[in-house]
Amino acid sequence: MTTLDIPVRAVAGDIDKPRGGPVAALARHATALMRRSLIKTIRTPEALLDVTLQPVIFLLLFTYLFGGAISGGDRAGYLQFLLPGMLAQSLAMGGIALGQNLNADIEKGVFDRFRSLPVARSAPLVGAVAADFIRYLTVCVVMLGFGYIMGFRVETGLAPALAAVALSIGFGLCFCWISVLVGMMVRTPGAVQGLMFLLVFPLSFGSNVFVPTNTLPGWLQAFVQVNPITPLVSAIRGLLVGGPVASHLLVTLAWMAGLLIVFVPLALRAYNRRA
Amino acid sequence: MSDLVVRAEGLRKRFGKTQALDGVDLAMRRGTVLGVLGPNGAGKTTAVRVLATLLRPDEGSAFVAGIDVLKEPQRVRRRIGLTGQYASVDEDLTGTQNLVLIGQLLDLTTRDAKRRAAELLEWFDLGEAAGRMAKTYSGGMRRRLDLAASLVGHPEVIFLDEPTTGLDPAKREDMWNVVRTQVTQGSSVLLTTQYLEEADALADEIVVINKGRVIAHDSPDGLKRRVGGLTLRVRPADPARVPDVLRVLEAVAAPGTAASPDTTAGARPGAVSVPVTGDTSLDIAVPALRRAGIEINDLGLHLPSLDEVFHALTEGTAETSTKEDELV
Repeated sequence: MTTLDIPVRAVAGDIDKPRGGPVAALARHATALMRRSLIKTIRTPEALLDVTLQPVIFLLLFTYLFGGAISGGDRAGYLQFLLPGMLAQSLAMGGIALGQNLNADIEKGVFDRFRSLPVARSAPLVGAVAADFIRYLTVCVVMLGFGYIMGFRVETGLAPALAAVALSIGFGLCFCWISVLVGMMVRTPGAVQGLMFLLVFPLSFGSNVFVPTNTLPGWLQAFVQVNPITPLVSAIRGLLVGGPVASHLLVTLAWMAGLLIVFVPLALRAYNRRA
Repeated sequence: MSDLVVRAEGLRKRFGKTQALDGVDLAMRRGTVLGVLGPNGAGKTTAVRVLATLLRPDEGSAFVAGIDVLKEPQRVRRRIGLTGQYASVDEDLTGTQNLVLIGQLLDLTTRDAKRRAAELLEWFDLGEAAGRMAKTYSGGMRRRLDLAASLVGHPEVIFLDEPTTGLDPAKREDMWNVVRTQVTQGSSVLLTTQYLEEADALADEIVVINKGRVIAHDSPDGLKRRVGGLTLRVRPADPARVPDVLRVLEAVAAPGTAASPDTTAGARPGAVSVPVTGDTSLDIAVPALRRAGIEINDLGLHLPSLDEVFHALTEGTAETSTKEDELV
């Protein structure tokens, strides 16, 4: 620290206007912040365990340990039924880490710096959510890849399979806003995980992921019918192994829109209030 | 008033039962350093967070670079740099990536952001560590990176919240040089500190905050006059010579004061302290002690400690203490 030759402000034009207008600025800032999150993800691959090893263990557990009993011995048939559902469950669980990370970032003061910069208040959250697509993509690749080794086969075709992946990632990006909201509201990353598990467990198990709905008692069927995971599972199942898709897809898209409409504003408000 | 680059009036902020700010007024002239001095929990950080648009006060107004912090925070954000109390660099990013990100968020083009990052890293002696993750940096390197991050946008006003807490003395001097350079280049710096020494070294004016209130706003010299200025402390090798030391040091005592056995909290007995007016007192005291044949173990000039500052400033304002107690 000897020679000091940093020029003072030499910014041309109106420094009060974001370059290219507010929308372009938000897109640019969110992209820069998304890149930050992606770098962090790549640098800490162990943070991907919940979207790699964990779904694989679940898949093995339910196929080989419970699968025989549930399906009356037809493990191969059960895997065809189970895998699309487990994909949906893993997506819902995969969003939990985002709320935890954001919570930790805020505690560490990293977000203070972002707040002191002239970026839209939503940019840090939008950037962080956008970067989470890599985790949902990982879930899809790992599940379909490992499933293939176990004997799972796509019965429809490449285009429907890609559509299933796109739908999965899209749902993950909408569902994780709940985790973002919880991350803004509670005090510690551990509390985010605890609360989110309380939400995700009933949603993912109280659905058509593991068993056909018609085997359940009536009251539970009622819950399964209104559970947003159910139409998602049905749509992915249809896209991967065949069956009706259109109506399930519409209901899923409606849920995705609903999640965004409700939880994005709530999360942004909670973020702004968190001093 | 136009030369006031920071102006705050009547700031109040309450967190639950704690009145963090209880009517704070601040004024900083353009191109100067304002030192905000106070103990932990005095409200320094809260005040900085309000001025840096991170926190809305319950009451009061604040203008930074002539812009209303509450009404136009985005315009303020284009003109300030903030380095918080805890190094808020991103540990998983390299030094370069940290600074480029800030540049992009400040609407620099990626090319300009990279150029600015390289320039700052070089300047802060982080050029060789530029490609390493910040988690591999030492504490001092992180602080420098954090400070560099707040300078990316050539800010008009720089807020530094306890920038040297936890740094060793050599690193502290480096930080001080950075602050001084920023001021010579036209920035204004508001820094909080717990060290009177730091405020004295850097600040043109000092605001002392305690329990959410400003209890003094003065130049460093004015403040030192009010709290007793420098103290010369002498510890003779033989404690029996204390009376002789007292006699010798009478010659350098500031007008109206006297040498006395050092009763500073925590000081070992056997030392003598005397308020003095300047460091020329050393030129007189040291030869005089030698002539008297007194062997010295320790001798030094000291600024008053923060405790002493508070003691001096709050003396005579005891009538307000009951009210303050209610608020805590």
